[in-house]
Amino acid sequence: MKNDRYSIFSLLRETLRGQTGWKPAWRDATPQPSYDVVIVGGGGHGLATAYYLARRYGVRRVAVVEKGWIGNGNIGRNTTIIRSNYLLPGNVPFYECSMKLWEGLEQDINYNAMVSQRGVLNLFHNDAQRNAYIRRGNAMRLHGVDAQLLDVDAVRRRLPFLNYDAARFPIRGGLLQKRGGTVRHDAVAWGYARAADRLGVDIIQNCEATGLRMREGRVVGVETTRGFIGAGRVGLSCAGNSSRVAAMAGLRLPIESHVLQAFVSEGLKPFIDCVVTFGAGHFYISQSDKGGLVFGGDIDGYNSYAQRGNMPVIEDVCEGGMALMPRIGRVRLLRHWAGLMDMTMDGSPIIDRTPVGNLYLNAGWCYGGFKATPASGLCFAHLIARDEPHPVAAAYRLDRFGRGAVIDEKGMGAQPNLH
Amino acid sequence: MRLNCPCCGPRGVEEFTYRGDATLRRPAPDAAAPDWVDYVYLRDNPAGWHRELWYHGAGCHAWLVVTRDTRTHEIADVARAVDIARHGRENTGS
Ligand SMILES: Cc1cc2nc3c(=O)[nH]c(=O)nc-3n(C[C@H](O)[C@H](O)[C@H](O)COP(=O)(O)OP(=O)(O)OC[C@H]3O[C@@H](n4cnc5c(N)ncnc54)[C@H](O)[C@@H]3O)c2cc1C
Ligand SMILES: [Zn+2]
Repeated sequence: MKNDRYSIFSLLRETLRGQTGWKPAWRDATPQPSYDVVIVGGGGHGLATAYYLARRYGVRRVAVVEKGWIGNGNIGRNTTIIRSNYLLPGNVPFYECSMKLWEGLEQDINYNAMVSQRGVLNLFHNDAQRNAYIRRGNAMRLHGVDAQLLDVDAVRRRLPFLNYDAARFPIRGGLLQKRGGTVRHDAVAWGYARAADRLGVDIIQNCEATGLRMREGRVVGVETTRGFIGAGRVGLSCAGNSSRVAAMAGLRLPIESHVLQAFVSEGLKPFIDCVVTFGAGHFYISQSDKGGLVFGGDIDGYNSYAQRGNMPVIEDVCEGGMALMPRIGRVRLLRHWAGLMDMTMDGSPIIDRTPVGNLYLNAGWCYGGFKATPASGLCFAHLIARDEPHPVAAAYRLDRFGRGAVIDEKGMGAQPNLH
Repeated sequence: MRLNCPCCGPRGVEEFTYRGDATLRRPAPDAAAPDWVDYVYLRDNPAGWHRELWYHGAGCHAWLVVTRDTRTHEIADVARAVDIARHGRENTGS
């Protein structure tokens, strides 16, 4: 296994051999009778959890069971944005921990994930929004996170083609996080899968968890479409389907599943060099290294497990795009898709034990869980291995709703489709 | 997606506002805290038939109870919430 490390030498070797010597990046494992830990859900978070369990916490008998194939869930459907520009104390240290892990990820897992810190710029259009962004920027800097307020001239120098003087939504400036940016999402799934596999983790695809076997209030294994798999501990990491898997243990969650759409255009010459968000409507955009414009907007807003959205949101996103960047009006759309998200009652995630013994829950990432992938994996691994929360994720408790300790960045209340 | 409003006929979903699970029942004012936590925060969130509240803000202003399959967006029934409240919770569809 040792010598299939990726490096300049392996690239050269394969160039000379006509690319015939590459091996599969991970084994297609068959289930063993039992493991120390079974993770249900092979998305970014599940794979990262398995990797950190093996790498940092020395748990070696780990399996990830995935009902489809690696990369078919939200990890392969998101718009690839990473940032740590949060406001509330429960969130900022967690997302900053994630940002630091992104910064060292490729060396750590020996995989090119195309981490690109090209900057995330949130535009504002009036005084109230400017004040809110000043407050957010200050909160970030107090936590040691980079944040920079740009006036309209600075924004104009960077993105001269925006619609600055629109009568309704003139652009007044923006809050820039330079360390934010994009990461190639599939490569994150593949890279963690390969790195976990090299540490002996079994990645079992086409294996759906259909039930949890209990004994005396504790979970002792997972019923799957490929038979029963015994487990010392079970971690649920099923973004979008968390309510369904938790129901197997008789739990009801503070979550609704909603659908979010995303879009990519035909390839164009590079002209957008950062991530830009519109402050007067729901629209955000970046340009991929292949040249496609990657953009999105709001969730559709009603409970859905359909993995496809409806026209009104497509129209709304396009209107937002035209209001901000009229020059994209004649660009052709290449693809459009949707993914399912756990929308929680306060818009923040859950990484916690459950009332069932040996059963742990990682859920509720709303539309922002991609950037969280490394820290979520690390904190969930910590929780499962040590049976206590990681310090930076200590606020993400399942009982916070009953304690009145919600983490509601937008101040929307218990209305999942507004977060 | 279109909703067939009993007052206005079939209308695009953009005319409506969504308010979630229609089967929740508000606890008595003096109910225990856990009952309130359940009501405010916990949801069944089914994959399948879901009875849910929609408000026809760009139409007749009625609150509607829609029975919809969350896996396919198929709609089995749309009724006025006020009728359901008056005539009890008859099962309209699923
Ligand atoms: C269109 C879109 C755009 C987004 N953009 C961004 C963004 O720009 N930045 C950002 O930070 N976040 C973004 N997100 C959110 C982010 O993608 C998710 O929060 C995150 O990927 C969820 O974690 P995951 O990778 O583990 O999920 P997933 O990849 O969905 O993993 C969950 C896995 O669980 C599996 N599963 C479910 N049930 C079972 C079962 N019973 N048995 C076995 N396996 C099961 C699923 O098949 C799936 O593979 C976006 C999401 C969408 C849909
Ligand atoms: Zn109507």
